[in-house]
Amino acid sequence: MSEPAQGGRAFVFGDDIDTDLLAPGAYMKSSPDELASHCLEALDPDFARTVRPGDVVVGGRNFGLGSSREQAAVSLVRLGVSAVLAASFARIFWRNAMNLGLPALTLEPADLARIGQGDRLAVAAEAGEVRNLTRGEVYATAPVPPHLMAMIRDGGLIPHLKRRFASAAKEPRAPASGVAA
Amino acid sequence: MPEPATLVEKILARAAGRARVRPGELITVKVDLAYAHDSSGPRRWRPMLEALGTGLWDPEKVVLVSDHYVPAVDAESAEILKGVRAFVRDYGVGRFFDMEGIGHLVLPDHGLIQPGMVIAGGDSHTPMAGAFGTYAAGYGATDMAAIAATGETWLAAPRTLRVELEGELQPGVAAKDVMLSLCKRLGLDNAFAAVEYAGSVVARMSMPERMVLCNMAAELGAESGVVAPDAVTFAYLAERGRPVADEAAALALASDPGAEFAAVHRIDVSRLAPQIAAPHAPSNTDDVSAFEGVVIDQAYIGACVGAKIEDLRMAAEVLRGRRVAPGVRLLVAPASTRTTELASREGVLTTLLAAGAHLLPSGCGACAGYGAGVLAPGEVCISSTNRNFRGRMGAADAQVYLGSPYAVAAAAAAGRIVDPRAYLSAGRAAA
Repeated sequence: MSEPAQGGRAFVFGDDIDTDLLAPGAYMKSSPDELASHCLEALDPDFARTVRPGDVVVGGRNFGLGSSREQAAVSLVRLGVSAVLAASFARIFWRNAMNLGLPALTLEPADLARIGQGDRLAVAAEAGEVRNLTRGEVYATAPVPPHLMAMIRDGGLIPHLKRRFASAAKEPRAPASGVAA
Repeated sequence: MPEPATLVEKILARAAGRARVRPGELITVKVDLAYAHDSSGPRRWRPMLEALGTGLWDPEKVVLVSDHYVPAVDAESAEILKGVRAFVRDYGVGRFFDMEGIGHLVLPDHGLIQPGMVIAGGDSHTPMAGAFGTYAAGYGATDMAAIAATGETWLAAPRTLRVELEGELQPGVAAKDVMLSLCKRLGLDNAFAAVEYAGSVVARMSMPERMVLCNMAAELGAESGVVAPDAVTFAYLAERGRPVADEAAALALASDPGAEFAAVHRIDVSRLAPQIAAPHAPSNTDDVSAFEGVVIDQAYIGACVGAKIEDLRMAAEVLRGRRVAPGVRLLVAPASTRTTELASREGVLTTLLAAGAHLLPSGCGACAGYGAGVLAPGEVCISSTNRNFRGRMGAADAQVYLGSPYAVAAAAAAGRIVDPRAYLSAGRAAA
């Protein structure tokens, strides 16, 4: 998880950012980088070109609704987006983002509304806070279950499982995945 | 006396090895069946399984379907389909349906969906299997690869929203209309909820109609839609050579009296008019009268939710003895090859083709913007599919209206959105 000291720039979008906007079907056959270059183009044709590593995507309600296509989250990761902040997330997108090690964090709508386009945000997923460096404000994020936080620390579900598999080989009874361990 | 539980809570408690689960509880469940398709499956799974250095947890419980890039139209899609076949071979996948139609219909049509199962699918419309009294939820590729490797996953037990449908649907009004009106009423952001459909209307519904209800639980943002198993469920599975082994246990899955629901919505469907969802969301819905006269370029009958044999029959009922309006194209992509065969045998296909319909291959097709039938900028389409998000069916500024197969067929004949009831036998005298 990169957390640049100067923060990432906020790219603010509204409610109901669906997966067809994030990963348009017409490019689903293309390479991940080609697909990512069309991310959100129907709303902001310059987004993929101007977003830089560490930047933050800010949505509203029900971010990521629609398809299960993980490419919606993959595209944001490819573009270097360091976190997605929203008032609520569609379940599959939320899981996909976390599984890829991309923090998808829930904020109060009133706090989200205070974030302006281009504001500098320092997202501390672990601490559960977002610092708006431009406005000198701090917003609390809804808590993330500990097993997911551990997964994000490992860089996502597959690296996390790899570690689990390795320790399961040493202690044969340890569960391979899940929340119990 | 055990504490009352909902249908979904009972399924999940069994799969989690617990006496009971409560909404919001984090649990690990054993998955009974995992399935994915050519877009979400092998091309994403293989590198992850290789990174983990493992195979499938149980090749007999993993089903693969090629339904998105079928048939191949270019080297890229051919390569994707070839990769699925190679994966099936290399990993010993027990069941593979190659170009037989859309997985959400093909699996139940083979009797593979049995009451009480926990089903993980690599597609957002996986909840369609909930019609059989299962917990069926969609997952992205990484979750699915992990499930394929371990046979389990974590979840926060969902709250249950109960939708009780009473009264009687009028002729020309379908399960699809119920769901479009529910999208408007409940909104699209019901995350971490399961929707349980009940009431006398649901009890009288066929399995395909129940599948429509559960399929579009995905549009509500719910993780699963579910209907308690009953004699209709048992008959459907018995007809497909896979009778339910323990009917009493399946019946006992029903939500207990006194079970706690997050909300109960009682809806009288008797006065429900045909519904249309306008661009660009399934919740942007109103009675068809609000959109009458919208001129269309294309009418599309396709997808898991809207191109089963029952849907094709609805379209044929409207189009019998009629022609598609000049300047309009009607595309029909039956949901499975078996659907096409049935439609051919019953004469439904003849009716549609005589009306001027174009027959497309079975698969997800234009619904997801992958296959034949996508739209040019500015074009207007009415579609029997389940989603109309901006750009989903082609150009970003194409306008997609959603309706029942009746509404799509009637619009094809009229060249504009009309009330389909005037096009059905009862209304023909007046039309």
